[in-house]
Parts: sequence; structure tokens; C-alpha cells
Amino acid sequence: MGLSSFKRALWVFHVATGSCNGCDIEIVAALTPRYDVERFGIKLVGTPRHADVLLVTGPVTRPMLERLKRVYEQTPDPKAVVVVGGCGSTSGVFYDSYNVVGPVDEVIPVDVYVPGCPPRPEAIVHGVVTAVAKLEKVAERG
Amino acid sequence: MSGLQILWQGAAVLVGGGLLGLVYKGFDRKLAARMQARIGPPLRQPFLDLGKLLVKETVVPKDAVAWLFRAMPFLAVAASFTVLLYLPWGPFPAVLGGYGDAILVLYLLAVPAVAMALGGFASGSPLATVGAQREIVMLMSYEFPLAVAVIGVVWRLSTLGVGPAFSLEAIAASPLWAQVGPLGVIGLAILAACLLVVTPAELSKIPFDIPEAETEIAGGLMVEYSGTYLALFYLADAAKTIAMAALVVILFAPYGIAGLLGLKGAGAQAVDLLFHLVKIFIVMFAAVTTVRVAMARLKIDQVARGFWLQITAVAVAGLILIVLDRMVVG
Repeated sequence: MGLSSFKRALWVFHVATGSCNGCDIEIVAALTPRYDVERFGIKLVGTPRHADVLLVTGPVTRPMLERLKRVYEQTPDPKAVVVVGGCGSTSGVFYDSYNVVGPVDEVIPVDVYVPGCPPRPEAIVHGVVTAVAKLEKVAERG
Repeated sequence: MSGLQILWQGAAVLVGGGLLGLVYKGFDRKLAARMQARIGPPLRQPFLDLGKLLVKETVVPKDAVAWLFRAMPFLAVAASFTVLLYLPWGPFPAVLGGYGDAILVLYLLAVPAVAMALGGFASGSPLATVGAQREIVMLMSYEFPLAVAVIGVVWRLSTLGVGPAFSLEAIAASPLWAQVGPLGVIGLAILAACLLVVTPAELSKIPFDIPEAETEIAGGLMVEYSGTYLALFYLADAAKTIAMAALVVILFAPYGIAGLLGLKGAGAQAVDLLFHLVKIFIVMFAAVTTVRVAMARLKIDQVARGFWLQITAVAVAGLILIVLDRMVVG
């Protein structure tokens, strides 16, 4: 049970908080044979309870506010949050929308930002791998 | 066998079976990835996953029936590892062979599924409840063809006057194929095919992963399980895969190759054990890995109808052929 347990076995849960589906498609693209994140042990799981990393896409819309908090709380520790895309990082073009609460880091703590509209799959994989460093630090502190 | 002997042999089978289950899981994932033109995870990935799950926090949801939720992962692991003790391993007889037979193995194989369903109901999540209901429906539909396949083999052996008929060692010691007529061979082949169809259902693998269905009910039964408890279910699944594939091998292909190679003593035992493990691997590859890459998920009503009508009809036809063979050949 080394502290590096997360390095090669990272389970990722995908939360869309109001994205346009652009980033979501790029996340799925990272699973395809061309990028194949499973070779690094990264796996997309169906429930936050299994997740080590939350991939959040999109600005936080009003209905998703409580859900996002809930999903964050449901994820067992140690966990990391990676925001994928410009909207999640800064609210992007939706910054003054009546229905947008704000970027993701105004709702839950964020560890890694992956900017881009949408970011390339390489950038998403790099973002997730960067999150590993954070998880290891947390595991070290115990 | 003395108590001490049973203890160390049992320990060897349990540890070996657990390791083997995880290694085979690694092969399964690697080969599935290669078939999809991916590189795939390293072979030790299941060990890494398990290690990571043990580091994670284990959450018991507020709405859960806590004691049931906590107990079920342990029941699943205990049951699926216990099966390994009742199976003969190639040249080696089953550790607890004298204490249980094929019927016990069939019941023990059903216990992890029931444990997962109870754990799902206890977790208080509607998604898990849906998954648990599906698991129970699946259990009810594949048990009958599974029982028919086992009973067919056992009954024909008993008519030939071989040992205590339900003993898996007696089944493994006298392969049926050479002892029955042409009708019997066709019947046995049909039963073997039915058992291969039941195998992925028993293990809840695609196209029968309906109780888990990640994209649809978010992991179903497992939706609320995390950390150590999830690791236990992971381990139970690995052991159960080995147990189910080994059961298929014991019933339908219990041959060794040491005799052909002219080996004797310890060398023969080692070669036969290795060959047994290779056969288990082949069954897993044919019935689980290939099928799960080639197919999409079925719907629960399709599975229930398919197993109750089509597969059962085919299995019973195989059984009737074996009965006819008994009348013709005697």
C-alpha cells in the first residue's frame, strides 16, 4: 500500500455541470485507442464513490450547484478535482449569464485547471496525471 | 487427511487462487485492450487497483443498513474463495473434497451474487436497488441451465457406476467423452456450450453486466461501495472467475498431458497443474474476454427470456440426448 498507489491506478468520475458537451467529447476521446488512458491505469467509473479524481466540465449552472457539492462530498478521500475547459475555469463566454453561478472553484476546491475550448485529449491526460501528485501528497499526510 | 495438512493446503489454494484470479484479470484486460487496438493496462493493473482501493476512505452511507452493508463484501469473498477449496486442481484432489460435492459448489457459486444483491438493497440507493433486483432476476434465470448441465454430466456418470457421482473428483477422474456413444457426445457438446453461455452471466460480464451497467445505472449494485469494501468485491470477482472457469474445465475437459509426455512423479504433477491452469485460462478467454469485447449489453428481459426459454430448451435437448444415449449404449 505504497504512497504511490495512485500513480498507476486512477479512477476518474466525470461531472458535467452545464458544459456544451465539447469538453465531454474530448474526455471520451482520451479513452479511444488513439490515446488509450487505460494504459496508465486511468479508468472512467460510473459513480463518485469509486472515484479518485473528479473531472468537472462547464460553468456551474444554478440547478447543478447543490448537485456538484453533493458529488464532491460523496467522493471518498483522498480525492482531487480537475476542471476541464475554459468554462469551468473562468465561466468563459457565459460569465454574465443569468443562470450561471460561477466557475467551479467558487463551489468546490479545485486542484488542476485544464484550459482550452475544448482542451485536447493530451492536455486532459496531463491534467489528470498532475492531479496524482496532489493525491500522493494527501496520502503521505495520512 | 490430517487437520494440519488441510490447513496448509487450504492456505496454498486460497493464496494461489487469489493471486491467480488477479493475474488472469490482468490478462483479461490486456487482451481485451489488444483486441480493441489499444495498448491496454500492464498485467499487474488489478494488483495496483486493489492496492489503491485499500488506501481509499471507506464510506458507509447514512441511508444504508450499516451491518448488512458491511457484512456482504466479506460474505462474497468468503463464499467465492471457499469454492476454490472444493475444486480439484489438475492432479491434486480438492482440499475439502471429502466434505462437499458439485451441488455444494453450485450453491456456493450463487452466494456472491446473493451477497452483492443484499449489499445493494442495504446501501439505500435507488440505483443499487435496481441493480440488486436485476442481479436476482439474472440469478433465477441462469441457475436452471447451469443445473441442467451439471446434472446431465453427473447422472450419466452415475449410470456408468463411477464412484460417488456428485463428487467433482470422480467427475474429473473419468472424462465422459470416451465412455458414451455418438448421441451422448452430441449431448455433452450441447451441455458444454450451454455452460459456456452461462459463464459470463454467472460472472456478470458483458453482455450480462446488467446489474452493474455503469453507463445506465451508474455501477448498480456497487454504486455506494467504496474503498476496502469495493476491494473485497473486486477480489471476490477475481476468485469467482477462476472458480467458474475451473468448474467448466473439470466437468468437460479434465484431461492431463503428463501421460502423453511420458512424465512421472512430481514433474507430471507440475505439468498437469500448469495444463489445468492453461485450460482455465482458455475457458476464461473464450467465454469472458472475447465475448465482452465482441458484444454490447443485453436488456434484463432479453436475458431472462433467453435463459428461461432458448438456453434452457437447448440444455434440456442436450440432456434428452444423453438420456437417449443411456438407452442405446447402456
